[in-house]
Amino acid sequence: MFHPGHQDLHGITVVVETGGALTYVGRFDVEDEAGVHLLDVGVHDAAHGGSKDDYVRRSARFGVRVERKHLVVARSNVSRITRLAEVES
Amino acid sequence: MPYNPALVAPMREEMVRLGAKELTTLAEVDAALGDQKGTMLVFVNSVCGCAAGNARPALRLALEHPVLPQQVVTVFAGQDVEATSRARQYFAEYQPSSPSMALLRDGEVVHFVHRHQIEGRSPQAIAGELVKAFDKHFGTKAEAAV
Repeated sequence: MFHPGHQDLHGITVVVETGGALTYVGRFDVEDEAGVHLLDVGVHDAAHGGSKDDYVRRSARFGVRVERKHLVVARSNVSRITRLAEVES
Repeated sequence: MPYNPALVAPMREEMVRLGAKELTTLAEVDAALGDQKGTMLVFVNSVCGCAAGNARPALRLALEHPVLPQQVVTVFAGQDVEATSRARQYFAEYQPSSPSMALLRDGEVVHFVHRHQIEGRSPQAIAGELVKAFDKHFGTKAEAAV
């Protein structure tokens, strides 16, 4: 465990995919009743164009362009969480 | 706001013991990275206990490898703010994160290790990846190894 005493993904930069157009890349802080709390978050909105996969690959290669310091994604909106480090850049 | 200098002193000293040159001013950064020749590793240090706490030992392990950068320098994110910001201008294509490491050859970034590639990994695993990058990009034994 990266940070003993915390949830397994605490402190790990993750990709949070949703059922909609939004994808988030940020550092997992905690999951509680409000949802998944992310820190230093980049946001991709497929509605504004651009491939989600390209965005995630670019984040893996060049790092996360932070747009939000803290963001909560409702658990019901989360379809998948993966570690950014596992993404081929 | 920077942490108490006494708190971060051991983290600085750990890097100096590895042979890294600390860059704490704009002038020092520009002297090291401006018109940079040869091979260099820039370590962006951090107070993060878990990520940097693994990254520094990883660098120590990697520096036991026969193929090395000719120079190792370090800036301290959140502590030497101006120096860190200036250093990042030399690899501005990459988003800021700390800890992180940039490998340069003649001023060009040839490899970058982001914080997200350090998180949750052992020093041995991180060092293994660094050593591969040393072999790939530096290729020959450093003449002025640290």
